[in-house]
Amino acid sequence: MVSIGQALVTAGARVVVAAAADELQEADAIVVPGVGAALPAMVHLRDRGLLEPLADWVRAGRPFLGICLGCQLLFERSDEGDAEALGLLAGRTTGLVDAPTLPHIGWNTVELTRPHPLFDGIADGSHFYFVHSFAPLPADESIVLARTTHGRPFVSAVASGSLYGLQFHPEKSADAGRRLLVNFLRLVAAAKAGAGSGAAARGVGVA
Amino acid sequence: MLARRVIPCLDVANGRVVKGTRFVDLTDEGDPAELAERYAREGADEIVFLDITAAPEGRGTMLDVVRSAASRAFVPLTVGGGVRSVDEMRDVLRAGADKVSFNTAAVAKPELLTACARRFGSQAVVCAIDARRLPQPAGAEVEQVDAWEVVTHGGRTAVGLDAVAWAQRAVELGAGELLVTSMDRDGTRSGFDTDLLRAISSRVRVPVIASGGAAGPEDFVSAVRDGGADAVLAASIFHRRICSIDEVKKAMAAAGLPVRPVGEAAA
Repeated sequence: MVSIGQALVTAGARVVVAAAADELQEADAIVVPGVGAALPAMVHLRDRGLLEPLADWVRAGRPFLGICLGCQLLFERSDEGDAEALGLLAGRTTGLVDAPTLPHIGWNTVELTRPHPLFDGIADGSHFYFVHSFAPLPADESIVLARTTHGRPFVSAVASGSLYGLQFHPEKSADAGRRLLVNFLRLVAAAKAGAGSGAAARGVGVA
Repeated sequence: MLARRVIPCLDVANGRVVKGTRFVDLTDEGDPAELAERYAREGADEIVFLDITAAPEGRGTMLDVVRSAASRAFVPLTVGGGVRSVDEMRDVLRAGADKVSFNTAAVAKPELLTACARRFGSQAVVCAIDARRLPQPAGAEVEQVDAWEVVTHGGRTAVGLDAVAWAQRAVELGAGELLVTSMDRDGTRSGFDTDLLRAISSRVRVPVIASGGAAGPEDFVSAVRDGGADAVLAASIFHRRICSIDEVKKAMAAAGLPVRPVGEAAA
């Protein structure tokens, strides 16, 4: 949480850690980083009255970045604790299959399924930092942006309109991660310019 | 493919990086955050801060070190030394660390590993094991078996534990990673104890970090290839610029080991 905020600031964003829904109004983008397990995270979001506002935000097509658990929660369910998730993307989160070590910790290669502005300037097959035991299994293959192999291949990045999900941690991924966050802020700025104003991008994190 | 990690270790006392033969003859080597940033830029896959502050009242400064490093070095940070409770671990993680390494505290109170793993996940809990090879029994009639004992306090105290058995127990208790230091090799630049590494890595499913004895790039290769290590840690050869992280990774790549190349995606 500290790290993603710092990394976004370094990439040029102004970051507000939002604890309640009314703090989202000023934001140009929402970033949900990954901490903990699926079930407690959903309870946490519900308790703070953030579930509906987050869902409304995404349904309105506004920029959203989910990282690790924050990406897994975008789908309908998680096998981790059999938790109901946000259901903004079709599919569910499942455990890694045939993994030689669990959790999957460390730098692994991210293989793109297609070019995307989120990965501008980042070579296909670059290393990013992973810490997880579960990964999303989208029902819609067209949202899959990248895969990574640990045992069997799993989905490591998805994109659907202005909604982005990453199974790895850009905030811990040195130059490649920083580049990706800069690209994300550019996409946010472009979305905002498209909506009528060219002001600098701002990121808002929800813990 | 999952890369084998190269990890510089920074000894920190009272908020400064120090150099010396463990705990004695310390000389000031600079600002921890600045060095962490430099190593991250030079290709470190992770940074370990080892708090060797002698006095308890000096330990609060470690949180400032972590905060500062986390805002400058965007790679995973591990903090070892001086963390003795769930609450202290929480403070270190909140400051921006990704993992905490337990050594003496885990030996003294093994349930601490479980409590911390339950609270923060085993991926954040590292058990550091300092091991010393036991002398072989005299006479060649019995088949000789390699064995190592666990030591604490920089090798001065033997705690009566078999290192391999303690490694397995630490994983059962919740450690998500093991940092294995050979006290016979530490500071000697005579290569890693690959027998020790193999004895542990072949019996646990969690990543093993090799430590103690690095002299040059080839030692990193053998720690992985012969010792089965997932990551290799070193201090003095990087601090003294005997070799660079880039040289180490190039040697590993030449040996066919998967690494994250230095400068990747810097374009």
